[in-house]
Amino acid sequence: MEMSEAMHELDTRRLLCPMPVIKTQNKVRTLSTGDCLRVVSTDPGALNDIPAWCRINGHEVLETGEEGNEVFVVLRVGEDNGALF
Amino acid sequence: MTEATQPIKRRAIALVSGGLDSMLAVKVMQEQGIEVEGVNFFTGFCVEGHTHAIRKKDKDKDKRNNALWVAEQLGIKMHIIDISEEYKDVVLNPKHGYGANLNPCLDCKIFMVNQATLMINKARELAGDRGFDFIVTGEVIGQRPKSQRKETMPIISQESGADDRLLRPLCARNLPATLPEREGWVNRDELYDFSGRNRKPQMALAKKFGLDDFAQPAGGCCFLTDESYSNKLADLWKARNERRYELDDIMLLKVGRHLRPQPHYKLIISREEGENRFLEGYRYMFTSITTVSCPGPLALVDGAFDSEEELEQAAAIVARYSKGRVLDEVTLEVRQPDGVARQVTVKPALPDDVPVAWNVG
Ligand code: SF4
Repeated sequence: MEMSEAMHELDTRRLLCPMPVIKTQNKVRTLSTGDCLRVVSTDPGALNDIPAWCRINGHEVLETGEEGNEVFVVLRVGEDNGALF
Repeated sequence: MTEATQPIKRRAIALVSGGLDSMLAVKVMQEQGIEVEGVNFFTGFCVEGHTHAIRKKDKDKDKRNNALWVAEQLGIKMHIIDISEEYKDVVLNPKHGYGANLNPCLDCKIFMVNQATLMINKARELAGDRGFDFIVTGEVIGQRPKSQRKETMPIISQESGADDRLLRPLCARNLPATLPEREGWVNRDELYDFSGRNRKPQMALAKKFGLDDFAQPAGGCCFLTDESYSNKLADLWKARNERRYELDDIMLLKVGRHLRPQPHYKLIISREEGENRFLEGYRYMFTSITTVSCPGPLALVDGAFDSEEELEQAAAIVARYSKGRVLDEVTLEVRQPDGVARQVTVKPALPDDVPVAWNVG
């Protein structure tokens, strides 16, 4: 059930897009449906790219925001974590 | 029709660069009922979102990642794969040589199609019929002088190991039939026979599919086709006396004004706020110079100074690009990667003190 959702963290500071997206993709592959992931980045482009990646792959964006020089995206893993192979 | 006689849904993996051609290739496949997933390779040289993110003058729309945007428009899944480490060998030792600049296009294509081939082989092993049947690219014969000639098409198919599982929907009718055509998974008559550098057929097809607002990269899909960028990369190898690079090196070549006053050091000077912010992130790796007595750029020093005079010369150059360029004196801070800093006061360099020959790129 929803209660067992875990919150995970991913640090992509200093990396430039598309690396934060790639790291997010690779991390999500190790998670399960319903898990939540908070990604922190210093590239403002991540605020466009990570939500776009989520829409394409069926993950839900719960929150996005900026904190000083950093941005963050919180997502919930959808049906398919993308780990087909 | 009963369940049992329904044809199997064939699946393809498409190399998606984010440009129009690969977008059209996917669309042509979808029109034929093929289920497509996209793959996009990150080489480190890609002209992508991050270079726009660095420049504050760019509009919001330009900050998008084109491959992701294409995937969203087409409703396909997208795998983005970091091949930057393995790709070094392609850039450093291209078997088929370089194009007009340091772009190893033919080797690059072979490498990427090979990666896609390994992916479909693996998927077939693990997922059987849920795997992929063939590979699709947006290549067009004659589109690019080096990599997309009629003779190079079979070289890419063979050397990548994809063989006749590689389909180019936009020019397939100019080439021998591939497996998906022979098996009847796709209808060859509804594929295309585009060739040459004329973009009109692609534009017409885009219009037919109702696609607009797509990215149209002028030179190619990556910075290696850019003359100035290639010159900076060649300069880097020369200065180090060896041909090698790290990801940080090739990222930094995309940013700022690069000046080499001495063979053993180079200055990377920010040109605006976005670049400033970007270079900030590298101060823990490089000695850096900033102005203290007036607003000015941030400069990284790639290399080391041999003497106090060289340090002052570098400071004077940085001062020349600051608001204090017309003043008699400017004070700057020289900070080492470990944070230890000291100040120097110099007379800003005059235009003649910074010869054009120092410009790298
Ligand atoms: S332009 Fe760059 S990415 Fe495109 S084929 Fe050539 S080397 Fe590869």
